[in-house]
Amino acid sequence: MAALTPISRKPMSLVLPTVAAAGGFFGLFVGTANGSGLLGVLIGAAMAVILAVVYINVLKNEALSKWINIALFGVLGFVFGGGIAAALIGLLYGWFIHWFTYWLYEGRYRARLLPYLTPGQALWHYSFRVICGAIFVFLITPVLVVMPLSFNAQDFFTFTPEMLRLDPAGYSLKHYQDFFTNNEWQRSFKNSLIIAPVATVISVSLGTLAAIGLSQAHVPGRRAIMAILISPMIVPLIISATGMFFFYSQIGNWMEATLGLNKTFVGYVKVILAHAVLGIPFVIITVTATLVGFDRSLTRAAANMGANPVTTFFRVQMPLILPGVISGGLFAFITSFDEVVVVLFVGSAGQKTLPWQMFTGLREQISPTILAVATILVGISILLLATVEMLRRRSERLRGMSPS
Amino acid sequence: MSDSTQTGPMLAADGTPLKKSLNRALRMQKIRALALITPLLAFVLLTFIIPIGQMLFRSVENDIVANTLPKTVIALQDWDAASGEAPDEAVYAALAADLYVASNAKTHTRVGSRLNYETPGISSLFRKAGRKAKKWDVEKDGPYKEKFIDIAKGWSDPNVWRTIQTYSPKYTNGYFLNAADMQKGPDGAEIRPENERIYFTLFKRTLIMSLAITAACIALAYPVAWLLANLPSSKANLLMILVLLPFWTSLLVRTSAWKVMLQQQGVINDVLVWIGLVADDTRLVMINNQAGTIIAMTHILLPFMILPMYSVMQTIQPTYLRAAKSMGATNWTAFWRVYFPLSVPGIGAGSILVFILAIGYYITPELVGGTKGVFISNRIAFHISTSLNWGLAAALGTILLAVVLILYWAYDKIVGIDNVKLG
Repeated sequence: MAALTPISRKPMSLVLPTVAAAGGFFGLFVGTANGSGLLGVLIGAAMAVILAVVYINVLKNEALSKWINIALFGVLGFVFGGGIAAALIGLLYGWFIHWFTYWLYEGRYRARLLPYLTPGQALWHYSFRVICGAIFVFLITPVLVVMPLSFNAQDFFTFTPEMLRLDPAGYSLKHYQDFFTNNEWQRSFKNSLIIAPVATVISVSLGTLAAIGLSQAHVPGRRAIMAILISPMIVPLIISATGMFFFYSQIGNWMEATLGLNKTFVGYVKVILAHAVLGIPFVIITVTATLVGFDRSLTRAAANMGANPVTTFFRVQMPLILPGVISGGLFAFITSFDEVVVVLFVGSAGQKTLPWQMFTGLREQISPTILAVATILVGISILLLATVEMLRRRSERLRGMSPS
Repeated sequence: MSDSTQTGPMLAADGTPLKKSLNRALRMQKIRALALITPLLAFVLLTFIIPIGQMLFRSVENDIVANTLPKTVIALQDWDAASGEAPDEAVYAALAADLYVASNAKTHTRVGSRLNYETPGISSLFRKAGRKAKKWDVEKDGPYKEKFIDIAKGWSDPNVWRTIQTYSPKYTNGYFLNAADMQKGPDGAEIRPENERIYFTLFKRTLIMSLAITAACIALAYPVAWLLANLPSSKANLLMILVLLPFWTSLLVRTSAWKVMLQQQGVINDVLVWIGLVADDTRLVMINNQAGTIIAMTHILLPFMILPMYSVMQTIQPTYLRAAKSMGATNWTAFWRVYFPLSVPGIGAGSILVFILAIGYYITPELVGGTKGVFISNRIAFHISTSLNWGLAAALGTILLAVVLILYWAYDKIVGIDNVKLG
């Protein structure tokens, strides 16, 4: 797409019908909201055409017409839609239709395309992007939609009229306050913060060792071992949970009766072991992926200069594969932190984790505090995602691979 | 080396034959690798494989009848179930002796509820009889046949006795028959009456919905993966965040978000009503049914489809398409005959992954599926935690696990399990 194609103005016979279609499309929604879809289409199309003709043939000043258009539709939205939200949509639409008109008229849409594309191909190029855009919207909307709702002043899961009018009275922090003061939420949060890190440490330490073992040149039965180690990710959680439910209740009874351990402690041990197993495949996958690019002659060089295997591991190999280990650890952490099926079966009320609390909250009493928690969790996942991305780039740099 | 004067096997520096010394080095290497792997392997075997094996075993295990009613089981061996008559006094006496022991150990209700899975009503027979049997003096209080029939009419029903006889062996295929909507009739296994077949419907629904989810994921992931693979990497990395953010976001957050979006007073319905596509009194029902499950799970599993597709498409040279076009192919031909076949491995990898994950899903169907949109997993959970019919849960789980393991094997063959990539 690098070639800069010379652009030229397009005839009005192309610009006006397209602009009319866009105007009509928007008019359809405004029209149906106010009673008549057909009338909306006609008015929308007519307005778009008339304004385009006026701006291009009469006004002949792009910057000025832009502001006129934005202001015009903003006022229209405020008057007919009633309220600040409608006015905002009006402003946005005003900006868009003006930009769209000039984008077509000046032929700017061609600037980034290869010069030899046919009109049909150009049309497909942009429709394809619109389709992809829609899919991205589908992907990201659910994650974004919980954020404003978590500031709802009402105990509803929906946008109240006050919120839509951007009235400050419609917003509050009370759900966050509930999360930070409610005992049950705090206890489950604390439980998650105990269980996830310990489970992560177990799966990272064992997983890294095994990944190093697996990456050696000669491992008998590597495929079978790999299949077993990855299986916790593949076996449906409900089956793992069922199996662990029976197994860990026996183990738990044995630990309490024979070893005489504290019941709460045994409960934590059970959940931690279960979560550690679930996190192992992620550690194995990420660490083996990092080890693929590891230069084996480095360890030989270290051994050559007199380092013992342990020193070699900690001073040579570990620093190089550390990014992979950390991102594997983050995966394991999020797996445990996000896990609900297994803890539901294996844990008892004393080990109630945050996801468990959310699960019961969603199933039984619909409390909007869930949305506040959800927003906090999205924040955490953004942080984790950023860390992993940073580590990936660093790892590529360390291994001398070009950033892709 | 050809001009070496040495004859015989080649020697290493320390004088041992080179072959032997190489073999020793190789063996050391293998042992070292295994030593590194062993702790984890043992851990996974102990805390994951054994529990699952135990669960599989539970689906055929049936020693409760033989353990609780040992004498009855022996006495019943000679009774002919086809006779259509209740057994004779000897069997009732044996049952009285067994129940006396069992009711004092409080295990008779367990046997009752075990047999109740097979023939409803037995549980209450055992409860009633157990209450009385506790006070009997087993040696003297006979004859028992009338006594039992006095306690509850059901004890004279040959069907009850047939159930006890059928489920007296230590191992049973009864749970599996149950899971396949069959039962043990007088002449072996038979299909249950039409109105009692629930598991077949559930398995079929699970399969069809998982396929629908996989298909929806392919349709949505393909354009996105194509776009990501063909954009310059700086832009692709930015857009990748939009894919990875949902991937990293908690499953429960996404499920609750879909609950917020799809419910009748939810965001989507509000928007549709506001722009007038749907009237206020005919709001769409998109949650607590199959549509809700499919939409939410498609969203949740979409990244698992995009990522493998993207990594395959990245390796396809854009010049292939240009070459095809320069030789006269139309856009469609160039895509369909050149690009698409090259991208099939990505589709395969993603599809199997998504299908495997979808078929065993529990949380999302439970929360947004209502009654019509639940999967077989939800039924398993129900049997574990509510109906306590663990054997049946284990049998259902075994069938599900078998399906998943076949797919896992296929995935390993096609893609290779060490080629899974995350993020």
